[in-house]
Amino acid sequence: MSAFPDSAPSPDTAAAEAARSPGREAWRVFRRNKAALLGLALLGLVALVMLLGPTLYPVDPFGLASQPFTEPFTNAAVPLGSDYLGRDILAGIAVGGRATVTVGLAAAAITVLIGVTVGALAGYFQGWADELLTRLTELFQVLPSLLFAMVLVTLFSPSLTVVTLAIGAVSWTTTARLARAEFMRLRRLEYVNAVRAMGAGPLRLMLREVLPNALPPLIVSATLIVGTAILFEAGLSFLGLSDPNVMSWGLMIGANRAYILDCWWAVTFPGLAIFVTVLGVSLVGDGLNDAFNPRLHQR
Amino acid sequence: MSLFLLLAKRLAYALLLIAAVQAMNFTLIRAAPGDPAEVIAGEMGGADEAVMAQIRATYGLDQPVPLQYARYIVHSLTGDLGTSYLYSRPVVDLILERLGPTVLLVATALLLAMVIGTLLGVAASRRPDSAASGVITVLSLVGYAMPVFWTGILLVLLFGKVLPILPIAGMRDVRIYGDGWVVMLDVLHHLVLPALTLSLVYLAQYSRLARASMLEVLGTDYIRTARAKGLPESSVVYKHALRNALMPVVTVAGLQFGNLISGAVLVETVFSWPGLGTLALDAILGRDYPTVLGVLTCSAALVIVANLLTDLAYRWLDPRLRGRR
Repeated sequence: MSAFPDSAPSPDTAAAEAARSPGREAWRVFRRNKAALLGLALLGLVALVMLLGPTLYPVDPFGLASQPFTEPFTNAAVPLGSDYLGRDILAGIAVGGRATVTVGLAAAAITVLIGVTVGALAGYFQGWADELLTRLTELFQVLPSLLFAMVLVTLFSPSLTVVTLAIGAVSWTTTARLARAEFMRLRRLEYVNAVRAMGAGPLRLMLREVLPNALPPLIVSATLIVGTAILFEAGLSFLGLSDPNVMSWGLMIGANRAYILDCWWAVTFPGLAIFVTVLGVSLVGDGLNDAFNPRLHQR
Repeated sequence: MSLFLLLAKRLAYALLLIAAVQAMNFTLIRAAPGDPAEVIAGEMGGADEAVMAQIRATYGLDQPVPLQYARYIVHSLTGDLGTSYLYSRPVVDLILERLGPTVLLVATALLLAMVIGTLLGVAASRRPDSAASGVITVLSLVGYAMPVFWTGILLVLLFGKVLPILPIAGMRDVRIYGDGWVVMLDVLHHLVLPALTLSLVYLAQYSRLARASMLEVLGTDYIRTARAKGLPESSVVYKHALRNALMPVVTVAGLQFGNLISGAVLVETVFSWPGLGTLALDAILGRDYPTVLGVLTCSAALVIVANLLTDLAYRWLDPRLRGRR
């Protein structure tokens, strides 16, 4: 597209005129991004596995399916082979995504909720509230998040809920910094002052006036947080710090860690599943970034 | 402000932060369900009430919790972080043993990521359609999406089965002994795969950052001036532009140092690297709370030191900051 519109309105610019709303405009840019569409397709595939996997392949992922260490593509009963306990790898892949992706999504939601709340309060009110919340953020920032989450999960029995809450509790600092900067910038703008002069209270100003304009960068970072949270869940399961009664991709890798040289397939396939999921999320995130920040498109 | 005053101020604040970290974790551990004395008794293979009472007295667990906390703080100021339940040794000794390998691993990975990442970024910024640019694009996607422990496991498979030229576990070969140089080479040999695994994620990020900031800096007026006065292109790029383009890379590297340690926990587990990460995992799984607290304190201190080094790097990169706080 050229930087200057032609003198005669072409159908293209007319269409652009029609699609003035920021959401539609963003979708128009997003749609042209092949990588982002590939990401969307990958996510569709993952969603399909999550929804239909256990129905299409109803095998108990914890059950004894065959001889241990059955190689993949050799036995029709276990298409992707079996692990050191003779558990069906394909069954694990089919059902394991539910735990991994659900925890990832829920943990990302908690991360964003805590981060935006802390950042919004600090950036909007400034003064002592900002001082206090910034110190709190620093306190969480100096603790390596995975180590801290490991401790939290062990202290309060490793269930999916605890894992979700722990991931949220340790990863909100980046979002808080971003939200704080955005709120600080926007609260000084004239339109906010105008609404304040009309008598609106701080809650209304924050939620109805400032938050909507702070959303684009927050949405972009939220997609990346989903990816990071999925990796986080996988990491915890890999270390054996997840619910041992719920099959997840990370759990499969962690359980077979000691036998990698004997059965590469038991760790490679679940790893691939996580990789595809996070790749999809990050491609979509990049696409959203380009769509919401057209200025940065060249980078 | 002088460098000395700055350091003194930062040090005082760092000590406060560490005290807060200890307070938070101490409270969490005491608030969680479960009795530490039972953990110790479990280690010993069970104990009756009398022995339990003795254990509580030995570890000070029969005192009120606030008093226990006060004692912990006072003791930790004198360099005493308690005794490990699992290993029955001072926690400080355990940590000092494991600190070196972790710092070696993390520093090597960070250095690799920054140097290679920056070089790739610079190459890509000079010619946007070059191979370096393509490498960065692919790397930044793959590097982010691959779970770091999975990358490690794939490398273990590759070098364990297909191409056995690099060691895939531990830090030393027990068959190799000798003087300093031999040991050092052996450790470096073992370091290759863990450091490479850990650096991959950050290599991807830093190269992307370096490319973006180089592109921005190369478009500024002072670069045009440098070119106009006839400086050779390499001098313009490496002496004038790179210094400013490094700032975002340094910022992000400093901010992410905690993540680097988190990654090290996973990488150490994959490669059985005898560092703080494997110590932390063993301590957490064994509910060895004094060691857990000690490792958390130590890793927080590491992050704080890294942040301080980032600030010093800033002052070196940008002389304008030297006059300020």
